[in-house]
Amino acid sequence: MKKQILLGNEAIVWAALEAGVNFVSTYPGTPASEIGNLFYKISKNYGVYFEFSANEKVALEAAIGASFSDLKCLVAMKSFGLNVCSDSLLPLCYTGTKGPMVIVVGDDPSCWSSAQSEENTRGYAYLAHIPILEPSDPCEAKEFTKLAFEISEKFKIPVIVRTTTRVAHQRMPVIIEPERISKKLKKTGEFVKDPKRFAATSFYVLEMKEKLLEKIERIRKFAEKSSLNKVFYLKKEGGKKNYNKVGVITSSVSYLYLKEALEELKIELPILKLGFFYPLPENKIKSFIKNLKRVLVIEELEPFLEKEIKILAKEVNPEINIFGKDVLPVVGELKTEMVILAINKLLDKKIKVQKLLKNQNLKFEIPNRFPRFCPGCPHAMVLAAVKKIVPKETIFGGDIGCYMIAGFPPYSLQDYLLAMGSSLGVAHGIKKATNQKVIAFIGDSTFFHAGLPALINVVFNKSNPLIIVMDNGITAMTGHQPNPGEEVKIEEIIKACGIKNIKVIDPINIEEMEQTIKEFLQKEEVSVIISRRLCALLEKKRKKE
Amino acid sequence: MVMKKDFNIIISGIGGQGLITLLQIISEAALMENFEVKTSELHGLSQRAGSVEVHIRFGKKIYSPLVMLGRADLILALEISEALKVFPYSNNETVFLINENFISFYGSLNEKEIKEKIKSIKNPKYLVSASKICADKLDAEVVSGVYLLGYAVYKKLIPLKPNSILNAMVKVIPQKYLELNQKAFELTKK
Repeated sequence: MKKQILLGNEAIVWAALEAGVNFVSTYPGTPASEIGNLFYKISKNYGVYFEFSANEKVALEAAIGASFSDLKCLVAMKSFGLNVCSDSLLPLCYTGTKGPMVIVVGDDPSCWSSAQSEENTRGYAYLAHIPILEPSDPCEAKEFTKLAFEISEKFKIPVIVRTTTRVAHQRMPVIIEPERISKKLKKTGEFVKDPKRFAATSFYVLEMKEKLLEKIERIRKFAEKSSLNKVFYLKKEGGKKNYNKVGVITSSVSYLYLKEALEELKIELPILKLGFFYPLPENKIKSFIKNLKRVLVIEELEPFLEKEIKILAKEVNPEINIFGKDVLPVVGELKTEMVILAINKLLDKKIKVQKLLKNQNLKFEIPNRFPRFCPGCPHAMVLAAVKKIVPKETIFGGDIGCYMIAGFPPYSLQDYLLAMGSSLGVAHGIKKATNQKVIAFIGDSTFFHAGLPALINVVFNKSNPLIIVMDNGITAMTGHQPNPGEEVKIEEIIKACGIKNIKVIDPINIEEMEQTIKEFLQKEEVSVIISRRLCALLEKKRKKE
Repeated sequence: MVMKKDFNIIISGIGGQGLITLLQIISEAALMENFEVKTSELHGLSQRAGSVEVHIRFGKKIYSPLVMLGRADLILALEISEALKVFPYSNNETVFLINENFISFYGSLNEKEIKEKIKSIKNPKYLVSASKICADKLDAEVVSGVYLLGYAVYKKLIPLKPNSILNAMVKVIPQKYLELNQKAFELTKK
């Protein structure tokens, strides 16, 4: 047993190992990447199978196969990964699991490291009927992950542990017990045929759905008794002002901001801290709000909790005044400062907060420092060639990776950006809808992740964008994870699709790159340039080693 | 140095300058001195030479990993314009320890303008040419953050003991680079 300072993500890894996980799959994405990174490093020591999968859908499906074969599984991804794998996630909730399965999903309120959207994974609870737990710090991340395995084992259902950037990338001392993890050999599972259980065919789906809803009600009863949903009543402490007719309901990292705010304000309030987002312990919530006059719901992003609580209040306390997104923002993450102001409104501005919040220096107006390419970055070489040679009116399709820097000055070569692989899918649509020229950029890992079906569609439905695959040999942005490029040659896939205009170029050969871009842009059929050169940061790292 | 209820540090700089290593060293040292400690950091694309700020809080009881605006006790900036960027975390008493090092970027103000603004900060302020000193004396600009940490600890700008930091460095820094970092840390001792 030892106390070690861990990131939330690292705490989740130790929880899974202590719970006896056998099978782990992931696709890297901030803020969840360190889960895969740590497993990649240590899984062999503990007899755990680990893989970086080609995308989140196949990562989940791999774990489903392992779960159906009675292994204990963990899948990790960032918020958008859940969209990618949702097609398999929903039926998985119908079939249920055999070996327990925990899915860790990292949301990123304020989009610190996310393009695309400010996604709130909690919404999937309603879509999929999947239990969701929300830890607030690394200690809880460890505790909740272990409990998620227990719930999954007991109820035969996958369980989501939902973190946010401020939980996943928060560090604090956590107690771990490496000596108690058996250094066993890799476990071999067994798939025992049971099609009525594992095949969500149309004959069974409605029956399965009914059973799933019953299961959720059983889990709700479990949640009612669980210590993850905690009520903190007022302690009679000296010096602090007590309010007993007002209360706060909160979850996730917002709980920490609440505790901090109460310290600042030197007051105490009754608190209901929810570890379960779904299913909610409705009776616990009802008894908490029954005798209150006012309650404040503190949650980040969309007011899912607030809406649920408003419904419950109708039954037990229709007179109660419920505060939530009228005093807190829907967009962006919360901060202690915001919680202080919200509490002040809850208490009818009876406390003086101005002094607490005004003692700060004003902002200097200085321009933003955008991220930029590392010295020697091959992406920069490609973009420089494009910038020099290609007419300005060309449409430039962006995708997810370091090359999103193309959107910032001085390049400004990103006319649209949506999701993994969509540079190709959207390029095809523009080519069909207009007479304009389109260049779609895509990285190697993103190409394997979601670019392939779009490429096949371009060939099948015959359009002619110029696709530039920026192959730097690694999944770079999330910290250098290996990807299928180690085994599968991109040019061979492209040739197999019947694409004739294809060239592999080292971008250091500027002239060849410029000439090829110029030539390929005039082609009647789709053309592909694979710009191949190792990520400069990785090259530097490997030299040091 | 008398320890108040908590001590709040903001480290600001540019992705790749080793901010997270500094965060790890300080938090391990705080744990060794039996403080509660919480930190927050950002990963991903911003690490590619973009602005980065990390938060470190330690003391008797710490809940939130984030430093409130106006509540930093120490701002350690590894670059001059990044010192300005995190200015709202300071109040009139916040101590600034700034690496006198300018890294320009597309659309940035020029060095002179930035320096004028730094000059206008009336707070307790230490401008140290850490990058230059480390490049000259150790041929390694990369350890300028650790040099500044040494500066902060020996000048008692952080309520942690030098020995705790040195022990934390053994834990955090790979063996291969340990000696270099120890040298950088001890440079200001003399």
